[in-house]
Amino acid sequence: MTAVETASERAQRAARPKLLPARLRAALPRTRLLTTLTAASLFALWWLAAHYAWVNPLFLPSPKAVWDAFVRTATVGYQGSLLHEHLIASLYRVLAGYALACLVGIPLGIVMGLSRDVKAVFDPVIEFYRPLPPLALYTLIVMWLGIGDASKVAILFLAALPPLTISSMHAAASVDPRYVKAAKSLGANSRQLFRHVFLPACMPGICTGMRISLGFTYTVLVAAEIVAATAGLGWMIWDASKFLLGDIVIMGLFVLAFTGMALDFLIRLAERALTPWRFR
Amino acid sequence: MSAGRDAMSMPPPLPVPTHLAPTPGRGRLQLKDISIAYGEGAARRTVVERFDLDVEPGEFVCVLGPSGCGKSTVLNAVAGFVPAARGLLEVDGETIQGPGADRGMVFQQATLFPWKSVLENVAFGPLMSTGSTSTAEQRARTFLSLVGLAAFEKHYPSELSGGMQQRVGIARALANYPRVLLMDEPFGALDAQTRAMMQEALLNIWAEFRTTVLFITHDIEEAIFLGDRVVVMSANPGRIVADIRVDIPRPRTPEVQFSETFLAIKRECFAHIRSETLKAFAHQQNATALS
Repeated sequence: MTAVETASERAQRAARPKLLPARLRAALPRTRLLTTLTAASLFALWWLAAHYAWVNPLFLPSPKAVWDAFVRTATVGYQGSLLHEHLIASLYRVLAGYALACLVGIPLGIVMGLSRDVKAVFDPVIEFYRPLPPLALYTLIVMWLGIGDASKVAILFLAALPPLTISSMHAAASVDPRYVKAAKSLGANSRQLFRHVFLPACMPGICTGMRISLGFTYTVLVAAEIVAATAGLGWMIWDASKFLLGDIVIMGLFVLAFTGMALDFLIRLAERALTPWRFR
Repeated sequence: MSAGRDAMSMPPPLPVPTHLAPTPGRGRLQLKDISIAYGEGAARRTVVERFDLDVEPGEFVCVLGPSGCGKSTVLNAVAGFVPAARGLLEVDGETIQGPGADRGMVFQQATLFPWKSVLENVAFGPLMSTGSTSTAEQRARTFLSLVGLAAFEKHYPSELSGGMQQRVGIARALANYPRVLLMDEPFGALDAQTRAMMQEALLNIWAEFRTTVLFITHDIEEAIFLGDRVVVMSANPGRIVADIRVDIPRPRTPEVQFSETFLAIKRECFAHIRSETLKAFAHQQNATALS
């Protein structure tokens, strides 16, 4: 607001209609409001469609039925496992595969970025299997490792690896040489140079890779569980669909979506903690 | 960011902490018959040829030359990043064999580490040599006060203006107690007003911390205003064509730029630079015509 405001302008401003009280408008910026409205409209549409039976309830159960399925699965369970047990089974697989991939992929990527020779060795291997659909690869891995957790952790590890390695490699290869020059002229030896310059300079690129990789691993998880499992969210959805249990399927999808969002949120927190200078 | 912000936060004259003063007589820089060439085989090109320069301990020498004359190459050779094809490079009689903490460097872009705070940036050199964070940060605080940025120690470099970043860059280089301070067109990327403020700030800092300075610039007035000596370089290949003593008493204020002495030196430098630039142009045109 300008300092000079005539009386008529002030009156005009006061006369302008306000849709929401000031306090609520401050808490809900325009974009947030639009997002909320979208979610509410979709939910209302769903409720209406179910209520007036526009769609066969077998395929689209009501919000109430889905909520009941949620409560039932959480307390009684589905096919011998409670909901949180399915969730833990899934999370264990995705996090084990992802953590292993981070431990291997990030250092490997950094070394590949620094040495052409190492890159020449590993790059063709990764580039060969990267475009393969994970499920195609999974059939082979199941043949080798069986349908237990080992095969799932293995496929998730393989799915998580390329984005991590490739972005770490690019990050390490594109460290600004001026920083290296500055550090050397300040007396840094090669070990100090790596710790104080290379690692932090690579960190933003590594974080991007970690985020992309986690999202991708999570999508592969569900596919892997559909092929062969006895517990897990993906398996639960797949199994319920065979019995046309639409409520369980939709409930499972919601749990998957919220879990995925929670994982993404956590990785963003980690990004903030690892590269605080980018968030100032 | 604005030059106004810089003007607001210019360092006030500070008392000299006695331990800041370098060991007297340290920091003699000697370049004897230096030649530097780039490239291999037929593409090999001599950038600097038969370059001789003697800098006294505590002397402020400006190297002035048209762009592409190899003045930055000379600086990079002293810094230890570029090997000389022939000749001798020595600091206090010790041959330069690579980059080292005894020669502090200030770049055209401040090249502060974006992932470190202002304090951590200045503490970088001392941390590398002592390995102790507390010692390094204590020393860094002294030098941040020297450049008038003590209040900004927790900021990240991206939160500072260009002029402030460059002051942090100077503090970072000085925190190693270098024998020689190497400055590669440090104010070239700043706007005119900020540059003028920075030149004065640098003289204030240097008045307290009398280290040897080798300052590269293509700005005639900057060279005369700052230096005890102005060394003018030619292009293709880079050689010294004039070595002019600047007999303007210190402390210098911006008004000295209107004095007779200043104008006389400026005229002399201008004549040299102009003829060198014309030669460089003709050389470029010949090269284009041939290819």
